[in-house]
This record gives sequence, structure tokens and C-alpha cells, in this order.
Amino acid sequence: MSIFVDKKTRLVVQGITGREGTFHALACRDYGTTVVAGVTPGKGGSRHEGVPVFDTVREAVAKEGANTALIFVPPAFAADAILEAIDAAVPLVVCITEGIPTLDMVRVARFLRGSGTRLIGPNCPGIISPGKAKVGIMPGHIHKRGKVGVVSRSGTLTYEAVGQLTRLGLGQSSCVGIGGDPIIGTTFVDCLSLFEDDPATHAILMIGEIGGTAEEEAAAFVKRHVSKPVVGYIAGQTAPPGRRMGHAGAIISGGKGTAAEKVTALRRAGIAVVKSPAEMGAAVKKALNA
Amino acid sequence: MKIHEFQAKALLAEYGIPVPRGEVAVTPLEARNAAERLGGAVVIKAQIHAGGRGKAGGIVLASSPEEAETAAERLIGSRLVTHQTGPEGSVVKRVLVEERTSITRELYAGIVLDRKAALPVIMASTAGGVDIEDVAAKNPEKIIKVAVDPATQLQAFHARQLFFGLRLPQPLQSAGVEIVRGLYRAFQEKDCSLVEINPLVVTADNRLLALDAKINFDDNALFRHPDIKELRDLDEESPLEVEASKFGLSYIKLEGTVGCMVNGAGLAMATMDIVKLAGGEPANFLDVGGGASAEQIQNAFRILTSDRSVRAVLINIFGGILRCDRLAEGVIHAVRSLQVTLPIVIRMEGTNVDQGRRMLRESGLNFITADGMREAAERAVEAAGRGKR
Repeated sequence: MSIFVDKKTRLVVQGITGREGTFHALACRDYGTTVVAGVTPGKGGSRHEGVPVFDTVREAVAKEGANTALIFVPPAFAADAILEAIDAAVPLVVCITEGIPTLDMVRVARFLRGSGTRLIGPNCPGIISPGKAKVGIMPGHIHKRGKVGVVSRSGTLTYEAVGQLTRLGLGQSSCVGIGGDPIIGTTFVDCLSLFEDDPATHAILMIGEIGGTAEEEAAAFVKRHVSKPVVGYIAGQTAPPGRRMGHAGAIISGGKGTAAEKVTALRRAGIAVVKSPAEMGAAVKKALNA
Repeated sequence: MKIHEFQAKALLAEYGIPVPRGEVAVTPLEARNAAERLGGAVVIKAQIHAGGRGKAGGIVLASSPEEAETAAERLIGSRLVTHQTGPEGSVVKRVLVEERTSITRELYAGIVLDRKAALPVIMASTAGGVDIEDVAAKNPEKIIKVAVDPATQLQAFHARQLFFGLRLPQPLQSAGVEIVRGLYRAFQEKDCSLVEINPLVVTADNRLLALDAKINFDDNALFRHPDIKELRDLDEESPLEVEASKFGLSYIKLEGTVGCMVNGAGLAMATMDIVKLAGGEPANFLDVGGGASAEQIQNAFRILTSDRSVRAVLINIFGGILRCDRLAEGVIHAVRSLQVTLPIVIRMEGTNVDQGRRMLRESGLNFITADGMREAAERAVEAAGRGKR
């Protein structure tokens, strides 16, 4: 069945006329996603690569029935783009942008509460349900339709995992990049819950990293609510404390958020944790055969 | 981004927070003159980004301008090693000369982001002057926390919760409220990730004063604070890291011999991890980002090879859309123009992989191609073990 995106997805790309927006809107369309509109303020009324462009998200929703937004807007304006999509009651918003100021996201998080919108990201590669729809920047061709749900804070590390799974003949139901920032719209727990309820998903791979407590919260949730096998990998076992390792959320702060703590929490919850990133696929295979 | 104590105090003073009178001195003579202006008996405080200065002898009482000069002479130019600097320490380039304060109580006040709640949290504690993380670990009940919702912003009741919790006597309460207001405004307006006054002291003449101040800024927001960017002290950062940031490369120098070049932060961390699992030590974290353009590859190579401890380079690039023949071209060009002789292990995934590998093989340069992360790490560790600079 998959989660979040499928054949019913009707995508509006915010920032479609920019270089990134154009490239990826077309890539999503080529993959089979129904791309219905783009939004670039000031370019409303035109067509871009055959896609109707609007000035506002509200118009795209009203005129083309967009139900999912994919945001390629620079960091200074990205929070505004997310807020606009929430205001337009778009049910699913995916924000790729890296570098959004944290306090902007505090405001976005507030506005999300009580709205009907789910935000994925920011600073994420997006989400793909192989064979159905791609709403993001991941390379479609490495994915294969199947029964493993993947949820990750990373981008290319997720592709590494997917590559391993596909090579072992294990397809994916959906792959969700939740993003590398400290404040994100959708958590591991949100995805684990949906994967648990998704009939197409038989096993789950979660890829975490240093910083914050999201993995520990996920572990607690898995212990109580997830019956399907879960495999985990935590990146940053060799990361030094106090340094931001690329992702704004990947920082060991005040001794908290280390990979070791997360691995312990996951193992205590019965999650099979691999030490090596090269073993993620094999561990999922083992879990499915068990 | 971090700043010095003297900069944090100047900024907080703009927001109405009372700070001791003080002057920055870069020479012992300046320290002496400042001490004279400040009444003779002063505190000399080494200005480095790291904490733990007191225990390391970086904070010195001086009873006279002569003593101030002597203390400054000893500190300025010296390498101060604290439990937060790492063994290499920090070179003290300037000291803050401050009037002395008579202290009756030490409190703590700070604002930090609660990631899980997605809210700024104001923290106050009667346990001031000590590491707040120690207090949080051993006496968490001594810390009062108040989260501030952007929908309400800071209200009077938030401040009351904090100060009734601290049992501050009435006359100090209104001063306390003003300080909390100032901290919150500074946090919001300057896009801080941390604002901390530790200790916030009650003086003998019943005033509240910020005896020390620490502010960290959200790097993602610096683009809209050119005034804050000016406060950056490049001397407090590693030269290679400063160089890398000029090219928009995310680079952190570590202690090992296997230089890593990867696209994506998560994959970069995972690459460091697998190098260690293969028995080696990563020399760095380096994320070349989504582009992996020829120019960025060149810049990345230049940074990596400037680290004299690097004995082998491991390139791990997973780009689905990325063309591996283009990547190979960029790498070959960089290696040729920089005359890199180190062994280079390359693992790439993307389109045109076979073509890319063939180009590397036929280049005549010291490339080792690898299939998968484990093989790449093992070969790189092996090459680093064999290599000499």
C-alpha cells in the first residue's frame, strides 16, 4: 500500500521555475508522479515544461486539485513557502531546502499544530513509494517496489541503504527522508506508526544519526507499538562532541545525543542494530527470514 | 557560531541586561590603564571561546593596576588549556578587564531550544556558577524551565513562574523580569541557539548583574545578521576549516590518516564510521554537498591534502543522477593539477559507473576503485597503512 505518496498524489512544485525546481519536477513526472502545477510568484498564468504555473499555492489547489506540495525555495524564503502551503490546507508538504533558520521552523511547527497538514522535512530528500510516486530528489532507478519501509534522517546514506536492499532483491514499500534539521515536521515515530499499519510493509529500516532524542523516542515507541521487525543503523559513532556534522541537527550537545546512547536504546527495544553501514541490507534480509 | 564573553556582554547590554563595567585589553599596558580607569582592583579574564577558564588560571584577581598588567602579561599570548578546549588549548589574544563585584548569590539564567517541543525554553536556577549540565544531571529539581510558545511570545506569567520558582525577594523580581525579557528578545531578534548568563549574581548592594555571558548563534540564520557575522573570530577556528567554509564545504578536521570526501552528511558520518571499523582512523569529516562539481572536488582535494597527516584519500560518492564519468573527470583533473601523489580509493554509485571506472584506470594515476563501502574502507585503511608523506 505504501505511505504518504502514491498514484493519488497530485503534486504542486513551489519554486518550479528555478534550476532545482525544474530539474526535479521533471524527474518526478518522469518517474510517474502526477505533477499538476507549479508556483512561482509573478509567473502565474505561464506554463513551464508543460506544467501550469500559478502565483499562489491557493490557486494551484483550487484550479488543479493539488494535494501535495514539494518545496524548492531558498532558505531565506522557505519557511514562508511552507506556511503558505499550510495556509492553503495542502495535506502533505515536502520541503527539500537545507539551511532554514531554526527560529523560522519554530514558527512553522506552531502553525502546523492543529492544521490538517503533514510536513516532511525540511532538509530532506523527500519521499518515494517505488512504482507509484516520487516526491523528492532521490534517484528513482535504484529503488524497487517491495515490502521494506525505510525511514532516515539522511539523504545519500538512505540511497546507500536502498541500493543494498535492491541488490539483495528486497524492494521498498516507501522510503521517507525525515531530514537532518533539529526541528522537523515528521518524526521516526510518525513513520514507524504508519509503517506498522501499512499492509505492504513487512519490515522497517530506520537510519538515525547523532544529535537530539528522536531515535530514543522511536525505540520506546517500537517496544510498545511495533510488531514488525525493525533494523537500525546510527551514523556518527566516530563524531566528536560539540561539532555540527553537516546536518544542523547532528550535534552532540552537553554529552547528549551520542550514537552509543542511541544504539543502546534501540537494542533495548529489540531493534537489530548494525555497526557497519555496509550491513544494513543484509540485516533486513536476516530479519525478514527470521 | 560562537563569540567571546566581552562580545556577548556588549550585545546583552544593548538589550538592557546589567553587566559589570569593563574594557578589552590586547596588551599588558592597556590592561593596566583600564584597571586604573576601573578603580584599581579588577578581574582579568582571558577571552577564549571555550569555558572552564577559571580552573585553568584564565581568570585572575588583580588588586592594583600593576598586578593587572602582570596578570595580562602572563595571559596574553599564552595557550590556555581548559577541559573544553581539548589538549591543544586556545591562544589568548585579549583579556577583559572588569571592575570587581561583591557577590552574595549566584544564579543561572539561560535560553536554549527544546528540539522535541520545537520551542525556546528559558531556564533559571539557584545553582549558578557551576556547569548547568552537572546541575541537570544531579539536581534537576533546581532548574526551573519555562517554554515560550511563539503564539503568546514572552508574557509576564512566564517571568513570574521563573522568579517565584527561584524565590527571589521582591525588589529583585522586577530587575529579574527585565533581564528575562532582554534575554528572550536577544534570542529571538539575533537568531541565537543559546543565550546564557552563568552566573547571574546578586551583588552586595542588591543588584542583579551578569557576571559571565555566553551566546551561540544559529549558523543557518547568519545570512540575515551581517552585524553578528562581524563578531566571528577566525583565530578560534581551525585554519583548514576556515578555508573549507570559504568554498561552502562542510569540513571538520579529526586526528586520523584516512582523508574522506563524501557527498551527504549522513553518508560522510557513515564513511568515517566504516573506516574506523576497518581498523583505520578518519582524518576528517567532509561533505562536498549535492553538486560534487569539478570545482568543489578540486577545492575538497586541496583542503584534504593540506592536512599533513592524511596518508590516503577515500572518496565515497553516491549520486543517483550524478554521472560517474563526469565525477571521474573532475577527480582526474584535480589530482593532476594539484599533483596529488597519495593513494586514492574511489567508490562511486550513479549512472555510467563502468565508464567512470575505466577512465580512472586509464589515467595512469594512483587510483584504486572499490565496490561497496566495506571494500572501499578496507582498501583505504590498507593504503594509509602503507603510505608515507
